[in-house]
Order: sequence, then structure tokens, then C-alpha cells
Amino acid sequence: MSALAAENVAIAFGGIVAVDGVSFSVEPGNIFSIIGPNGAGKTTLFNIMSGIYRPGSGRILLAGEDVTGLEPHRLAAKGLARTFQNLQIFFRMSVVENVMVGRHLREARDLMKALFRFPSVGHQNRATREKARELLAFVGLADRADDAAGSLPYGGLRRLEIARALALEPRLLLLDEPAAGCNPVETEAVEGLVREIVRSGITVVLVEHDMRFVMRVSDRILVLDGGKKLAEGTADEVRRNPQVIAAYLGRYGSKEAARARS
Amino acid sequence: MRGIFSKRRMTLLVLVALVAVLPLVFPSGYYYRVAALVWISALAAVGLNILMGYAGQVSLGHAGFFGVGAYAVAIGPARLGLASWICILLGAAASGGIAWLVGRPILRLKGHYLAIGTLGFGVLIALVLTSEAKWTGGPDGTSVARLAVANMRISGPTAWYWISGFVLVFGAWLALNLEDSPAGRALRALHDSEIAAALGGIDVARHKLWAFVLAAVYASIAGSELALFDGFITPDTAGFLHSIELVAMVVLGGMGSVLGSVVGAALLTTLPQLLTVFVEYEQALLGLIIMLAMIFLRLGIVPGVQRMLARSAS
Repeated sequence: MSALAAENVAIAFGGIVAVDGVSFSVEPGNIFSIIGPNGAGKTTLFNIMSGIYRPGSGRILLAGEDVTGLEPHRLAAKGLARTFQNLQIFFRMSVVENVMVGRHLREARDLMKALFRFPSVGHQNRATREKARELLAFVGLADRADDAAGSLPYGGLRRLEIARALALEPRLLLLDEPAAGCNPVETEAVEGLVREIVRSGITVVLVEHDMRFVMRVSDRILVLDGGKKLAEGTADEVRRNPQVIAAYLGRYGSKEAARARS
Repeated sequence: MRGIFSKRRMTLLVLVALVAVLPLVFPSGYYYRVAALVWISALAAVGLNILMGYAGQVSLGHAGFFGVGAYAVAIGPARLGLASWICILLGAAASGGIAWLVGRPILRLKGHYLAIGTLGFGVLIALVLTSEAKWTGGPDGTSVARLAVANMRISGPTAWYWISGFVLVFGAWLALNLEDSPAGRALRALHDSEIAAALGGIDVARHKLWAFVLAAVYASIAGSELALFDGFITPDTAGFLHSIELVAMVVLGGMGSVLGSVVGAALLTTLPQLLTVFVEYEQALLGLIIMLAMIFLRLGIVPGVQRMLARSAS
């Protein structure tokens, strides 16, 4: 059974078809990448998969279960987590608190107990903070835990989002351009993280513009163009696909891809 | 900032110390009255801060709930023969219930639309209180029977100073507990990004609704306190100007800060009294002080001063 599958997913915004009958399926434990030129529908597809948009037609299956149109917080409860291309950080909170928020579903949340500060609430807070610190250590932000989230550099914020998403203990992690705006060193750090995340048993789906990064890490790649599926396959298959070269990578892109292989 | 000197404990300590020590420096009985009014307003502000400061949702109709609480202790004992303290609870339950019903559709609105939606709600409550003269005494208001416990009448500034002070400390304790819990983190998270909060598994609509209900209950209890303390109540307590005043307390003191709400309430309650010496310039001066405070301490007084202290320390 696939970890995630899309069946003929389509969505239109006022007559403009953003995603047009796209199907794919992601095997558990894989890194699955979605690429395509600007406006190809990658982020829209991501927003459908994470419950922000409801598709006009088609189905989304999470581990075989139909989750089409489910609200984001219900998808989270079913083991889906994501990060955002345009960072969605809780800027009023500290770095560690951002990650603590991600533990929401793993915590007992009785409002009355919280208001009257039952001893269990204090214990749980300490456990949550401990777990959040572990995750910050994992993404390399251990020493910034108590700083204001807004004080982190750009690459740090990207890794903070990953730590927060992992706090959910997801089965499936959607990464929306995790290396966007990162310098080569930061990109390498993100790549290492993604590999470790997959090694821990989490399936990863990512949208990314950095071709070298995509070609190196992906088990399979889906190429979108104009909202439609152009090709799907391994990095090598996609790289050799003449349609992909013509429509998307272009001469410059294919040179880049070839260099990444070597 | 954790352990014994956590923000939560420090805030509580400061509040308890204030309530306990202030009477020692009061030159006359009049000060008990002013301080009691501060504690009562502060309770409503601390509640509104849960909605505005934590969750970032504005309510321009919050005095409506204040009015419900006030009129509950006016009408209940006089017309239905209920004990005042039962009416405080009934008023709080009614306010919470109304907030729950109204909050569901209204909290779907965002930003300015939410402001106008809640404003309309507040105006509606004030209108009902004004026009249902048979029950409420109409625009002229109505007298309120004094609080009595076990046949002992409780009235006078000194008694109410201690009651309202205790209730404020208790309310602040609950709000601080909430802040440092999964629900409190959820509220503060959705303040910054609803979408990231939702994908973190937080039921955003539900959390907003509970914040609204809690804030309504705080306002209602504060309203009951004021009515019982003053012995007289008019529909103005539920009016638009009072709603604005409550919002101003939260923003001036510092959004998200429990201590800030208390400071905001203290300033907006005592400044008009202090400024009476300036006679006709009183209102203008009050406005000027608020403007300057917001220009120079943009985060509000308490967080603004805290940041200044932190900077000078490092």
C-alpha cells in the first residue's frame, strides 16, 4: 500500500485550471519529489494534499484511506506534517516553543486541568520541552532553543520548521522547498536532514527548485507542467525523458542535471 | 526564566504583593474604592487578553458580556428572588453560553470583519438592556441589591477591595496557567499563523471559540462585581465606549501580558481621576498620554519596559 496517492486530482480557480487530473503514488520510506517550472501547480498540489484546498475532483489517499477534503488538523492527526515555502513561524514564541506547539497532538489537552494547573500539566510541559530540545539538537539548533524565533537566520528558520513538523511524529512529511533561499552549505545540511528523516522511517514528499538537490535525494520524481503530469520516474528516467528536457529543463537544466550525476 | 522564578510565578507574586501591600499606603478610604474599581476592570482585561493577547482575535463588543454579568445580579435577586452569588454564576454561565453560540459564526471572520462583527454583537446587547425597560429599568438603569452571604451584608469599599483583589489574583492565576499549557501554546501559535497551527494538529476554530468563551466569563464576573459594588447599574456598562476601554487596557498594558492587562486597567481607571485637576483638558491629556505610550512602547507598557530592561542588562 502506498503512503500517499493522488487519483485524478484537479482544481480550478475561477476558470484557471491549476491542477489538471494528476495521479501519482508514493511508496513508504521513499523520497518523492515534485518538480516543474513556476506555475506548474506544485504548491497548489501541496496545498490540496495538506487539506488547505479541497480538490474540485479526484481523491487523495493517505496510507490507503480516503482523506480528500479533510481539514488540516485532521490530516495532522492521521500522521501528515508539512513545512512551508513562505515560512510560517510563530514569531511571538521562542525557538523551543515553536517546536513544543508541534507536540500538540501528543499531549493531554484537558482545558480544566490546564486552567487549574494539575501536577500532570507541569510534568507534561517538562517532557514536551525535553522532546522539543532533542528535535532542535537533531536539526542543529540546540544552542538557540531559548532565543526568540525571529532572531534565527533564514536557514535556521527552515530547519526550525522541519523540527516542528517532526515533533508531530508524522508518517508522511511534506517539505515545501526546504532549500529555498539557502546557500550551498545550508542546502547540504538540509539534504543530510532529509536523508536521516527517511532513514527513521518517515516518507518524504518534497517540492524543490534546486535540481541538483532533487536529483541526488529523490527515489522518484514527478514532473508537472501547466498543471498536468508530464513525466514520472527515477532521477535518471526523468533526466533522459525528451519531453522533460524540452519542456522543462532546457539545455541549461540538462547540463546541470548531468553534472549532478557525476 | 524558568524554575522558581518562572514568568508565571513572578507575575502572580507581584500581583499578590500589590493587593496585600497597597492598603498600607492608602491615605484614605476613598483609595479602597478606586483600587477596587481597578481590580474589577483588570479582571475583565485579563480575560480579554486571553482572546486578544494570546489568540490575536479582537472583540469590540466585550462590554456586552460585562453587561450580562452586571444585569444578572441586578435582575436575579430583585425579580426572581435568587441569591446574588448564584446570580454571579448564572450570569457567567449565560455569558459563556452566549459566547459559545455567537462565537461559532462570528469567529470565522478575520481582522476588521471580526471587529465589526463583535461590535455589532455588543451594540445588540446594549440595545436589549436599554429597551427591555420592564426588566432592566431602561436607559436610567436599575439599583442592585447588595451581596449577602449567610445573612451578612457585604458592602463598602474595603470589603470589595479584598473580594475583587482575590478574584483578580485567582483569574490571573488561571490565565497564566493557560498560557503555559498545550491550549495556551495553541492560542499563541494561531495568533501568528493559523495555517501552521492547523497543520500542527490544532483545531483552530475550537481554540478560538474557547478563548472567546473564557474571555466572556471573565467579563461577566467583573460586571457582576461592579454592579454589586456600586449598587446601581446602567446600560452604559455594556456600551460601545466601555468595550473600547477594555480593548485599550489590553493594548496599552501590552498584548499577551497578564501583568500588562492589570497595568492597562490601572492606568485607564486612575488617570481620569488624577487628571481632574486639569478640568477641561482632562480628556485631551488622557488621549495624549495613551498616544505617547503607544508611540514609545509599541508592544505596550509591560512588554515594552521588560524589553528595555533586558537590553540594558545585556
